[in-house]
Order: sequence, then C-alpha cells, then structure tokens
Amino acid sequence: MLDQKLLVGSHAPYWHNGSSIRDKSAHTVLAALPAVLMGIYQFGVPALGVMTLSISCAMLWELILNRVMKRPVSIGDGDAAVIGLLFGMMLPSATPWWVVVLGTAVAVSVGKWIFGGLGCNPLNPALVAIATLIISYKGIMDLDLAYLNYDFSFPAADPLKAVKAFGTDAAARYSLTGFLMGQQVGGVGTVFALGLLIGGLYLMVRGLIRWEISISYLVGVLAAASIFNLSNPEKYAGPWFHLLAGYTLLGAFFLITEYSSSPVNPIPMILYGVGAGVMTILIRNVGGFTDGVVFAILLFNVANPLLDKIRPRALGRSS
Amino acid sequence: MIKRPFFAITRPKLRCARISALPAETLVEIPPARTAVFLVKGVLPKADEIVIRVGDRVRTGQKVLLARERAEGFVSSVTGKVASLSLRMRTVGQPYASVSVDADEQDQWDDAFGLQAKEPNLSTLAGFLGALPGAPDFGSLLNRNPGLETLVVLGTDEDLLVTKNQFVVHSDPESLKHGMEVLKKISGVPRMFLLVPDYLKEEAEKTGVEVKAMKALYPDTLSRMIMKNLFRKPVPVGKRCEDLGVGFVSAEAVAALPRAFSEGKAPIHKLLTVVRKHGAIVHAKVRIGTPVKDVLSALGEATHQGDRVVLGGAMTGRPAFSEEAPVEVDTDAILVQDRTQIIPSSDSHCVNCGECVSVCPAKMPVNLLIRYLENGLFEEAAQDLDLFSCVECGLCSYVCIVRIPIFQYIMLGKQEASRIKSAEEAHA
Repeated sequence: MLDQKLLVGSHAPYWHNGSSIRDKSAHTVLAALPAVLMGIYQFGVPALGVMTLSISCAMLWELILNRVMKRPVSIGDGDAAVIGLLFGMMLPSATPWWVVVLGTAVAVSVGKWIFGGLGCNPLNPALVAIATLIISYKGIMDLDLAYLNYDFSFPAADPLKAVKAFGTDAAARYSLTGFLMGQQVGGVGTVFALGLLIGGLYLMVRGLIRWEISISYLVGVLAAASIFNLSNPEKYAGPWFHLLAGYTLLGAFFLITEYSSSPVNPIPMILYGVGAGVMTILIRNVGGFTDGVVFAILLFNVANPLLDKIRPRALGRSS
Repeated sequence: MIKRPFFAITRPKLRCARISALPAETLVEIPPARTAVFLVKGVLPKADEIVIRVGDRVRTGQKVLLARERAEGFVSSVTGKVASLSLRMRTVGQPYASVSVDADEQDQWDDAFGLQAKEPNLSTLAGFLGALPGAPDFGSLLNRNPGLETLVVLGTDEDLLVTKNQFVVHSDPESLKHGMEVLKKISGVPRMFLLVPDYLKEEAEKTGVEVKAMKALYPDTLSRMIMKNLFRKPVPVGKRCEDLGVGFVSAEAVAALPRAFSEGKAPIHKLLTVVRKHGAIVHAKVRIGTPVKDVLSALGEATHQGDRVVLGGAMTGRPAFSEEAPVEVDTDAILVQDRTQIIPSSDSHCVNCGECVSVCPAKMPVNLLIRYLENGLFEEAAQDLDLFSCVECGLCSYVCIVRIPIFQYIMLGKQEASRIKSAEEAHA
C-alpha cells in the first residue's frame, strides 16, 4: 500500500480562470503608474521619496503584522503594496517622513489587519489612514502650506480651497485642460487627471474593478455639482471643475472600488456610487472639509453591508 | 476568460467542446476488465439483509440485487465470481456498496432481459433501464406517477469537454431515431424531442425526429438552466425537473435501446469522453464497471504521483482517489490532468470581488453565502441566502480570485442543511 501511486483528489471544478490577487494588485499598480510618474515629474525627488517610502513601509507593516498575528506571510499578494501606493498618491510631496510611516501603520493595522486581513476590512485602508491624518494633524494635508516653497507655472493654491473661500471667480484662474495635464497642486498621484482616467479605463476594461461603481460615482459627482452650480453659479463651481480637481478621479477608479468595502449587486453598486458622489459634493460645497472624497467614500463604505441587502431574486425562489 | 466586459449587457459564457473541432472522431473499444467493480448507491441494507455472497456467480447482463425486497442492485457487465463486497461512504457522505467481480474469459449472457424485452413493459424493465448510461436513473424517471409530459433527449453534453452525446448524434443517428421510437412506445410520454447544439441541428434533423437547437454554452447546458431558458419554467427550490413534467435522458442511453431490444441483451456499455493530459479527446466504449486504470492503460495514458484523474467533466466531475475506481453508469468522461496543470485551492478569506455573484446563473448571493458556510451556518445559509437555488455549475470556484473552493462549501452546506433538517424531522 505504501508505494501506491497517490492521485490528487479535490472537489470540482478542475479548472480555474487563472485570476489571482497578485495579478489584480499588479494591474492596479500598472494602472496607477501614469499618474504617479507624472506626479514625480511635477514635484521632483520629494514626491519619489514619499511614494517609495509609503509603498515600502506598508509592505513592512504587513510583514510585521503577519508575524505578530501569526498568519502566513502575505506581502507576496501585493495588497499591502497597493495600500501603500494609494496612500502615497494622496499625500502632498512635502509630507514629512514620519507622517508616511505613521499613516501606513494606521492603514495596514487599523485599516486592514485589525479586522482579520485581506478581504475582511469594512473600510478602505488607505482612506482610513488619510482620514486619521486629516483629523489628527491639522495642516499636514493642507496643500497651500505643503507647496509654499515651490515655484509652478500654474496657480499654486489648492483649487478646492480657493473655490470654497472665494466662489466661482477663483475657479476662473484655473484651466481645466491644465488639470487634465496635471497642472494643479494636490497629492502626488492625484493631480494628473488624464493619467487617472487612462488608468481607470484600463481597470474597467480588464474587469478588475466594478465599472458600475466608478461610473455611478462620477455621475453622482457631476449631477450634484451641476445642481449646485445651477442654483448659484457665482458661489459653486461647475461639474467639470469638481470632476478634475482634488481626489475625485482617484476616488472613482482606485478608492471607492476597493473590493471588500463596496457592494457587489447591481442596484446597490449604483446607489453606493451615486450616494458617495453626491456626498462628496455636499462636503465640498456645504461641509467643513476642503475635499469631500475621503469622508464621503468612508461613509458609504459603512453603508455597504446595508445596501448590499438589495439583491436579485435567486433562481427558483417565489418570494 | 468569463469576466463580464465593460458595458456589456450579456455575460460571456464558456463554450462547450464541439465534436467537429476534433481531429479524429474515432471510437476506441476498451477490452473487458479482469476484475469489474460495481458501485450501488442508495440507502445501504443491514448486514443480515444482504443476499450477495463472495463466491456467488453472476452472468453478463444479469440484474443482481443487493438485498432482499430492495430495488438497489446492479447489472453485471461480465460473467464471473463475486470477489469482494464492501460498504463505503462517498466524500459528500453518500453511502454506497462496492461489489467486485472476477471476470471469466467468456461471456455467458443472462436471459432475463431478453425474455422481458419481447413484451416491453416499463415496470418489469425498470430495473434494467436503471443500468442504462446516464443519470438520473432512467427506469425511475419513466416509471413516475403522474407521468412526464415531455422527455428531452439530450444531444448536448452538460459539462465542458464532454462530447459523448454529441458524438452519438453525429455518429449514430439511426440508433438514436430508433431508440426514440422504442422509448416513445414503452414510456407513453406525449412529447419527446432531441435537443442538440446548434451546429448539429441539420445533421440531427435528417433523422426525422423533432429537433430543438441551443447554443452549447456553459452553464446553459445544465438541465435546470434548460428548464429556465428553453421551457421558461424555472425549477422551484426543493423540486426537480421531473416534478414539472419534464424528464431528461442522454442521447447515448436512447441510442443504446434498439440494440438491447433487438438482441435481447441488457445494455452494459458506456460511452466515455477521455480527455488526455495534453488535451486530446478520445471516445471510448467501455463496459460499465471497468476500472479507470484499465481504460487509461488501453489508451496508453500513463499517470504519475500527484496527477489528478476526474470522473466527469472539468466543472462538475468527481475525483478518482485511486485508479481502481470503476466507470459507472453516470461517468460521462475521464479527465486526466498532469500535476503541473493543477491549480490548488486556498483557505484565504473572500475579498468580495463580486466575480462569483456576477457569474452565478442562479443569482445567488455567493459572497455572503461563503461567509456563512465557512463558519458552519448551514441552516441560516439555506434559509436566508438561497443555498438550495444552486444549480451546481461550479462557476463560482472557477472565477474565484482567491481560489476558495466555493462549490465544495456549497455542496457541503447543502448536505449538512438537509441532514439537519431530516434529523429535526425525525425527532419532531
């Protein structure tokens, strides 16, 4: 019996389409690359420093938490790298090193591992970290302060802050084509709107994100901004300004689509996307924070389990 | 591969293998085995009820009953002596009896079937028809009350890679036609038609029987999906297709009928699609009960430690834990995979990517279901999350990005939920 040939026995199916988390992470990094490279080109070596430190720290925290929680080493799946990447993309290039180290620690521990690791997080880990920084350290995420010593060919003031303070007149100083080509101050990976659009389109076409969420988020942002703009064109900026400024595009394609914190059924995906889009504009135009993307998405992350209860009737069910 | 593309309304499906795409459509006849093994499923009899004894002689085509006053049994495909009898359990908890028979060189045909076949009658033939290739049990399918309204002869194959029914439609349309005539006569089912993949429609229509064609896309080839798409009658949870008056039989079984009746010999052969390691497809005619190792060695296919042998297709087959496992009436294919082709499952958490939900033909909340099932909440899964709507296609595991064996969890959940329910009913 001992020298008998042993066959592998497992349950059906015996084929797999070959997808993996590692692939998904790699494609996400690839999709983010145009925006990140443009950011580094624009803001120079400090931006490169922020990005590399953020990615490597996130991976290191993942490794440490793997050890602490006695779980198999999981940095190979690339999820920690993606968290680091997205977190780094949202930071201004002048961010001090300790903020990056602290932020990635919060993202990977509080955002991800405290709930059990990959797939168990109810909130987007990178957003948890950014929200923590915004609330805890006033001024760190202030773009006007961050880029004080830079000399740009375009206005170096935070567009969203300017519009919030001075109305549509301030928006006239900015060019939307300039936004598209990365001519605005912001997070390292959030300024190059065209690059984010290309990356987002790539992720949607490859089926790596649920396009319904991205599109409905953008629809929510555009619709809400249009309503505000129509109600008071002097006070509230137009929809295209809101689409291209701030974290909107990064949010639409990379943040709101995070798997475990977003719904999977058709109607919930649309409600979730539109809801977060409208909330983003509400916070920007009425709320206290400059950019509403972070808190709007976090809020709808919380609503996800409730929204996902709306689901189609299963086969053979009468009610 | 089966991802929903951007903005597409319809979802891509896996295309089933086609017969015309095969280089050589030949049929290899596998010689009878020295030792044949017959598996008898169903509720096992108590030890003192068993009537088969080691050393008993059986003849080819003989219906052998396992116990007194019980219907469970098998039709022997060889003549010889019973060598062993054991009672076992399948991986999903189904009990079965395994009877091995040492075969003689010469076949001695049992004449019981021949006598009954002269005056075909469903109730007497049911026992033999049960041995006809294809699930569900042919005999009990036809012997229902109230009877079926429609009988669908499947010229399509349910699983991916399996092409044996298409092979029958393509290579033996005459037997198929006569088989349908015989079946109509003995069953009395008012409507009967042949369902084929669309590329075989013209070929099938030459037989003169009623033909319907469908696109052979997986999982539309599964009987519950045919009920939904073709008959527009989704099968309610807890019911079977037969309960709605529609029965499904394989073209292979129907094509085996005329010869059985004209020669007076019970059908003992099974047509198999054998998918070899490098992907080549061979059709083999095998006696039921032949161990897999005999089939593979006759075809010159060698397996090694760590390879996988699957009885059935790529999506719904059963693993053979040993090559001693026999070909059964419902074994449609043997799929041999090299150790390098095996993608192992993982025990990671669900990441909620939603692929399974978008691919599920039964619209089940698979992402939530897997969380319940991983934590052993079987009753809750059945009650709240439509566990029993599952059509058992296996696509959820196929697309799972973290490679959770979702299909296995679902089958386990179904079995456990049914077991709990029946235990509760027994103690109520």
